[in-house]
Amino acid sequence: MTHEMTHDKTGQSSLHMLQDQLQNNMRQYAMFIALISIGVIFTVLTNGVFMSPRNLSNLLLQTSFIAILAVGMVLVIVGGHIDLSVGSIVGFTGGFAAVLQVNYGFNTVTVVILTLVLGAVIGVWQGFWIAYRAVPAFIVTLAGMLIFRGALIALTGGQTIAPLAPGFRAIGQGYIPRLFVNVDAIAGFHDLSFLIAVVAIAAYVVLEIRVRARRKSFGFTNLPIPLFIAKIVIVAAMMWFVFSIMVNYRGIPYSIMILMALVLLFVYITNNTTFGRHVYAIGGNREAALLSGINIKLKTFYIFVIMGGLSALSGLVFTARLNAATAGAGNLFELDTIAAVFIGGTSMRGGEGTIVGAIVGALVMASLNNGMGLMNVSSEYQLIVKGLILVLAVWFDTSSRSSNA
Amino acid sequence: MSEHILEMSNIVKEFPGVRALDDVSFQVKTGEIHALVGENGAGKSTLIKVLSGVHPNGSYSGRILVDGAEQQFQQIRDSEDVGIAVIYQELALVPQMSVVENLFLGVERGKPYAIDWDTANSEAKKYLHEVNLDISPKALVRNLGIGKQQLVEIAKAIAKKARILVLDEPTAALNEQDSANLLDILRKIRAGGVSCIYISHKLNEVIEIADSVTVLRDGKTVSTHDMHGPDRLDEPRIVSLMVGRELTERFPRVEHTPGEVVLQVRNWSVQHPDDSNKMIIDNVSFDVRQGEILGVAGLMGAGRTELMMSLFGAYGKRVGGTLALRGKELDIRNPGDAIRAGLAYVTEDRKGKGLVLGMDIRHNTTLAALRAFSKFAIIDLFEEIRITEEYVQALRVKTPSIEQKVKNLSGGNQQKVVLGKWMLTQPGVLILDEPTRGIDVGAKFEIYKVMNELVAKGVCIVMISSELPEVLGMSDRVLVIHQGKINGELHWSEATQEKTMTLATGGVEK
Repeated sequence: MTHEMTHDKTGQSSLHMLQDQLQNNMRQYAMFIALISIGVIFTVLTNGVFMSPRNLSNLLLQTSFIAILAVGMVLVIVGGHIDLSVGSIVGFTGGFAAVLQVNYGFNTVTVVILTLVLGAVIGVWQGFWIAYRAVPAFIVTLAGMLIFRGALIALTGGQTIAPLAPGFRAIGQGYIPRLFVNVDAIAGFHDLSFLIAVVAIAAYVVLEIRVRARRKSFGFTNLPIPLFIAKIVIVAAMMWFVFSIMVNYRGIPYSIMILMALVLLFVYITNNTTFGRHVYAIGGNREAALLSGINIKLKTFYIFVIMGGLSALSGLVFTARLNAATAGAGNLFELDTIAAVFIGGTSMRGGEGTIVGAIVGALVMASLNNGMGLMNVSSEYQLIVKGLILVLAVWFDTSSRSSNA
Repeated sequence: MSEHILEMSNIVKEFPGVRALDDVSFQVKTGEIHALVGENGAGKSTLIKVLSGVHPNGSYSGRILVDGAEQQFQQIRDSEDVGIAVIYQELALVPQMSVVENLFLGVERGKPYAIDWDTANSEAKKYLHEVNLDISPKALVRNLGIGKQQLVEIAKAIAKKARILVLDEPTAALNEQDSANLLDILRKIRAGGVSCIYISHKLNEVIEIADSVTVLRDGKTVSTHDMHGPDRLDEPRIVSLMVGRELTERFPRVEHTPGEVVLQVRNWSVQHPDDSNKMIIDNVSFDVRQGEILGVAGLMGAGRTELMMSLFGAYGKRVGGTLALRGKELDIRNPGDAIRAGLAYVTEDRKGKGLVLGMDIRHNTTLAALRAFSKFAIIDLFEEIRITEEYVQALRVKTPSIEQKVKNLSGGNQQKVVLGKWMLTQPGVLILDEPTRGIDVGAKFEIYKVMNELVAKGVCIVMISSELPEVLGMSDRVLVIHQGKINGELHWSEATQEKTMTLATGGVEK
């Protein structure tokens, strides 16, 4: 019996690697392709209005509250569950915040803290039933969808609660301030946003190079230099494109700052913490996770507490953006969120999915909403289109997986 | 009508890397009960799957004749059409449905699109009577005991006009009385002209009921015996035919000197998951000593896996017993407790319970020991890579990178990843459940060497194995489990395949 080399670290040709990369990451590329196609189609159909800086900036604001939900929903779905209640929780927590401020005169900081606590408490409630009483998440959150919608209407009496204090409104509508250049109060070059963009892109490039060096020191295969440079250039260009929208319009909105911080935090949680690893293991193979000594119940409970907190954050952003709480707030957000997560490549079966993918998925959903809005597509047809997109996205997911197996 | 209702000749069935059936020939006479016996993995189940069309025509070579006519089954339905019915160990009834609904599932009585319940019920009564079952056709299957469910399955086969009835371990889950009843029913339907193929590990039943016995070993037919003729078999003869293989595989036996008792199990009892009156593990006591390999032998379903998983906090409801590690009594409620105490359990179900197939080697290797290189729940990723590399090299896992998903590895390399995962938890007691199942000879040998290295470092190993040569070749002592009880213990120097098999089939050591 002879033994082959235990490690094959010989280099492969660039072309071969490119092919491998394309094949292995087809799903990730597919969602970028989908996003770009949607952008092109709407730009043509709206005679360029879709691509205007004003509209794109608006699009990012529209993305933020769904994207915040999608970050949590990735954990929920990777862990093998589902959350149908997020839309109602967004409505209820937003209504709670508005009532505190408008009816009781609480200041914005107190309102934000209390609302986030409420979201976490809702998560504790749902997590308890799912993790410790083994009621399926589908049922618990379906019930939550009814309960928290009802609670919202009971709380506000079905009335619209408005207006909010300027500080509160800024969470959903405001932009970070300019530093020096004050060309125009509304549009034009935004220096602080530019600075942030430069720092972010530089940080990305440095990180990539450092990871590459570390991988090399461990003898891992890296992308060949030309591909590596191409990858960095493409990603940096995409980052610049997104930032440039904001730099050239009114700057980075606070809600996008919040979202970026969340994305960084949750990318770190999923990649670098035991909690993140355990969630993926539970969703990937529950039995194996159990035998590995993972406390499945506790981790499941945490997932829903996090989801509750993020729902409340989304509720704050959404209420601030509307400058009002209404009885219909957050309606069907669960659909947009779940669709965003699936479009972003998270597996129906759990165990697989990324935060960044879900953000791209949220952009896809927001682009659909935004583009169809610009074209004055009536809401009933918007629903039909979004429903079809969801089916197509999941079909693509299941078919590409079964052909891989 | 030919003398033989069924003739299977020169059947060869290969799986990747394994020849499961190697030129098997097998004839069943009309109206006889023909027992098929052999060790675990001898090829009985594969042969039945070929016969029933689970393995379709073309995936094997050889001929199947039923009543002299050649058959080429593409699917289960085809074999049912010529009158072959298979009753598997895991019953195929729908528990939420009534007896009558189950009896005629797929062949509902009545006009198209509308069931004629009166006809169905009266026919059902007739079939139930044939298997001596005095229950209402409207009773729900889940309310019946396992013995009665088995009879419903047989009634279902009769209702399908089965001429060849295959029973796979029909009495494994039954008590004495239900077993005796089942054998009576079989005699009755034999009298009605139905032929039976009877697969069982319970050799006393085989002797009692079979007209002919065919012994399989390592995918080959050893011999067929007429139980009413001069070459009839007794139990010891059957056992020796079942195991009569030369020890051709090599085992790196190392002399161990067992030290103090490390793991002490006393009066361990676990409730049966389906029947709270029965014990699946019944009052088991044993010790594991420092630096030894304790083999655990027994037939499938004897309770070996259940015993080890219950010790590990991952199975069933314990109703009694104590577990002590180095003199300290433990209260293990879940695998997390067990791992912290220093136990490790390598499951027999590598893909189902051992690995997260969609994860890479690194994430699988460290899954049970993340704590060891995390601070405040934050993983030191570079330490993780370093440690994984170390284990991958030490265990000679063949892979281009530790970032390879484990589902792309061969069985042997997957098993090494699982082994590495549990070695990384630094266990004092390592429980291996079928550590070499489904992997090639080379990888097996490497795993044996790793076991010896671990023992040399002072780890205790408990090894469950259904391969007798492996148990005898590697263990210092062998515990033999039969129906949830320890039926004997053999020192390696006195253990033989015959002795072990006798104990495993419920016999007494002579």
